[in-house]
Amino acid sequence: MTPQSFVTVYKEWDIVGARQIAREMAKELGFNVVDQARIATAVSELARNIYLYAKEGQIHYEVVETMNKKGLCVRAVDTGPGIKDISLVMQDGYSTSGGLGAGLPGVKRLMDEFDIQTKVGEGTTITTTKWVRL
Amino acid sequence: MESRFTRIVVENSNTIVQMWIKEIDSLKEVNYTATISDSLYDSTNREFAEVIFTSIRNQGSTNAVEEFSGKIIKLGWPLSYITDGLQAFRRVTTDFILSQSEKVDTDYFSNVLSSVNHWIEPIIRQLVNDYTGSWENILSLQRVALQELSAPLIPVIDGITIMPLIGTIDTERAKLIMEGLLQGVIKHNSEVVLIDITGVPVVDTMVAHHLIQAAEAVRLIGAKCILVGIRPEIAQTIVKLGIDLSDFATKSSLKKGFTSALEITNRTIVDLESKEEKVEKLIHLLQGE
Repeated sequence: MTPQSFVTVYKEWDIVGARQIAREMAKELGFNVVDQARIATAVSELARNIYLYAKEGQIHYEVVETMNKKGLCVRAVDTGPGIKDISLVMQDGYSTSGGLGAGLPGVKRLMDEFDIQTKVGEGTTITTTKWVRL
Repeated sequence: MESRFTRIVVENSNTIVQMWIKEIDSLKEVNYTATISDSLYDSTNREFAEVIFTSIRNQGSTNAVEEFSGKIIKLGWPLSYITDGLQAFRRVTTDFILSQSEKVDTDYFSNVLSSVNHWIEPIIRQLVNDYTGSWENILSLQRVALQELSAPLIPVIDGITIMPLIGTIDTERAKLIMEGLLQGVIKHNSEVVLIDITGVPVVDTMVAHHLIQAAEAVRLIGAKCILVGIRPEIAQTIVKLGIDLSDFATKSSLKKGFTSALEITNRTIVDLESKEEKVEKLIHLLQGE
């Protein structure tokens, strides 16, 4: 798995850049309008988490293809503080920043596959994929 | 020592410029400037050389450099044209001076290098400063432009105000929206505010959070907030994200929102009978008699 492209997130405006690339790639892959919006929103959430908590990180994009389906894989990588209790952040309504607390569980619902790897003090990697509906 | 180098360079300026232009031309193939017409490229190169020599002769006068950098910035040429050009000049001049001298030892060599650097460095500094200055200027102008289109509040009818939102909402804009909204509601004495998000490309939890806060604040000062312009794909993502907008009146379009705002303020839209219809009715009545 080699990332095809990535953006670095460390300013608030990088979030906009990150989701624009996601939307462009989704459009090219043939996702419909609703799925494009889903992917863009999910990337927006992931990038905002990086901006808010890790301060700096990257969003990687990758086109994945199997025998009978293709999709877009988005990976958010940071070397921030990590997450202490994953089950807590995956709960709706839990937030440490006064937000809605719908970010990560929302991303999980917006995308088809969702995987989170984290270690306190070392960083977090979230890998998530959306398949094109045929 | 240095003045001797200056003399060598100034006396042989033509040869050096020839060599330099040859070097620069070979660079044209590999970089960014390939699309520029040959004649313009040529005349600019000559001007560039002239500027460098004026600067060397006047021991670092910056007026000519300033003028030249202004021109290049206006043409929109990349900064690397200038840095590459000056690096090439440094190479060519050093080579030339060394080829003109019989006896070359380490001291002599370092003398040549330091005096060439002494000519080139102020020019590089000046040009790079001018360039970054112009970029920063553009950036701040765009920032101002962005703020200008931030969030207008439009009173359409007594008690009803519309705030159309267009583009990305970041923290700063969200703050402006909130302030504008509250001030506007008081100023126009609005009962209902319609927030139109047709032009907002992505509604994520942060945007939703700001909208909810704005609506709550509007409710606190006694007005009602209706969110309009929710496109179907946005509605689906909001649901998937699990954002609770149930305290929020929402409508799909501005038109529907406006109608319900009229209902809230006890008004309806009535089609007036047209004049012709009236006359026709009258004729009908008369015929009936």
